[in-house]
Amino acid sequence: MHSLFTLMQRDLRLAWRRRGESYQNLLFFAMVVVLFPIAMGGSEAKLAQIAPGVLWIAALLAALMSMPVLFKDDLEDGTIEQWILSRHSLIGFVWARLLAHWLLTAVPLLLMAPFFALALHLPQASLETLLLSLLLGTPALIFIGGIGSALTSGLQKNSLLLPLLMLPFYLPILIFGASAVQVAAEGWSAAGQLYLLAALLVLSLVLAPFAIAAALRLGATQ
Amino acid sequence: MSEFLNMGGYAFYVWSAFGFSTLVMTILLIQPLLQHAQAWREAEALHDHDGERR
Amino acid sequence: MTEKRTMHPLLKWFYRLGAPAWFYPFAGKLLPWLGGLFLLLLVPGLYLGLWHAPADYQQGDSFRIMYVHVPAAWLSMFVYFAMAVSAVIALVWRVRMAEIMIISSAPIGAGFALIALVSGALWGKPMWGAWWVWDARLTSELILLFIYLGIIALYNAIDERRSAGRAMSLLTLVGVVNLPIIHYSVVWWNTLHQGATVSKFDTPSIHIDMLIPLLLMAAAFKVFYGWAMLLKMRAHLLEQDLHCGWVKERIFNAQKMPRKNSTGRVANQGHKHE
Repeated sequence: MHSLFTLMQRDLRLAWRRRGESYQNLLFFAMVVVLFPIAMGGSEAKLAQIAPGVLWIAALLAALMSMPVLFKDDLEDGTIEQWILSRHSLIGFVWARLLAHWLLTAVPLLLMAPFFALALHLPQASLETLLLSLLLGTPALIFIGGIGSALTSGLQKNSLLLPLLMLPFYLPILIFGASAVQVAAEGWSAAGQLYLLAALLVLSLVLAPFAIAAALRLGATQ
Repeated sequence: MSEFLNMGGYAFYVWSAFGFSTLVMTILLIQPLLQHAQAWREAEALHDHDGERR
Repeated sequence: MTEKRTMHPLLKWFYRLGAPAWFYPFAGKLLPWLGGLFLLLLVPGLYLGLWHAPADYQQGDSFRIMYVHVPAAWLSMFVYFAMAVSAVIALVWRVRMAEIMIISSAPIGAGFALIALVSGALWGKPMWGAWWVWDARLTSELILLFIYLGIIALYNAIDERRSAGRAMSLLTLVGVVNLPIIHYSVVWWNTLHQGATVSKFDTPSIHIDMLIPLLLMAAAFKVFYGWAMLLKMRAHLLEQDLHCGWVKERIFNAQKMPRKNSTGRVANQGHKHE
């Protein structure tokens, strides 16, 4: 347990030194959000209608874009191989890495999301649901995406493969996340969607690390 | 017979569906055969140095 | 030694399946039988389905598209299930043949998912008035096609065949856990956005004259899967094992027949290679 925190501390410290890359994720989210009013016109009614979907798609793509580098360096410089040989569990390593990654990429996004929601004229009553759904959904996106990241880390080329592999598995999260915000914007209770999101989150937190660890073992021994 | 081919006015839809299925299933049979023939030729070239010289 | 002597027959069978030298000719012998069985099921299925079964009182003759659409959709799911079972075998016991079975099955699964989608569109146009509707089943089928294509893409992206096979097996397993979740969330999404529209593909009580051809076609498609899969597995095996002894032996055996070479030449050849 102690080593897990040490590892997370290391990850966070490393990321703090490369603050610029952390911003990039947020900037990407912002730009995707901006694309929609540009493409569809700035009419308030129209934007309010599509806002839940837009915000969720932007968050999903931002999470996806941040995935490829997750394990690449550690796989190349032999850190993961050392970790497999050591007495520490690889699952713990995966957990620490993904949690640190979530803190670095998703938390800034969560903090900024309300402003983008306002810019898209999303009804203010649904802001709370938006934040809750993102809070439950983004870790699930990162944990599931980690599987694809671990599977493709060994490859030199093919940057498009990761989204191809992982987008189908993102659909349930997108469905419930966007629907929660949509329903809240219409003035209904989004409790059902949020519960389902929470269930998906628990499933991905528990199961995904096993798949990721197995994929990393494949990558390290190949 | 022409009544059968006409499919109660749905001829285009019915025969397109069956035609497309036939096409895909044919490809699923032909492609492995071609792949196999190609591999067989490579295997022959690899193991038949003796035969070529004669 | 004693272990080998007392080996359970089923286990022995399992080990034999894993040996290309035994599997390749065995699959070759099986191929004509599967092809024949396929035709034996297909011809009466087509005859009964296209000719003999009465036209549907609501959909007219367009319902006959069901005889490719439904069996193809069933098969596309069946293939994935078979791949997932194979993936467990591949990952737990590291059986190469199981990996080859998965990569040989994936294009077939993708092909039948495509057939289900295209025939669904061709059925939807006269029934719904649109080529594509965001119906839960069609959408799930589309996602299934994407997952098949992803599996194929991952296998082709990794150069080393065994690493590729194991990564692909892992992805297949991840998929089998996710597929039910994806399916039910798509169903839920569909009822939310479209209201409870009765799907035209629902056939609550089907007449026996319509059911028999459907079952025949479904059985024919399953046999076709076995047939096409063995063809593809043989091609993959030969391609991957070009330098192996068993391929060499087969080449010699094939050349020996017409030329009537003596066994001495085979031995001579083997010597040169060493």
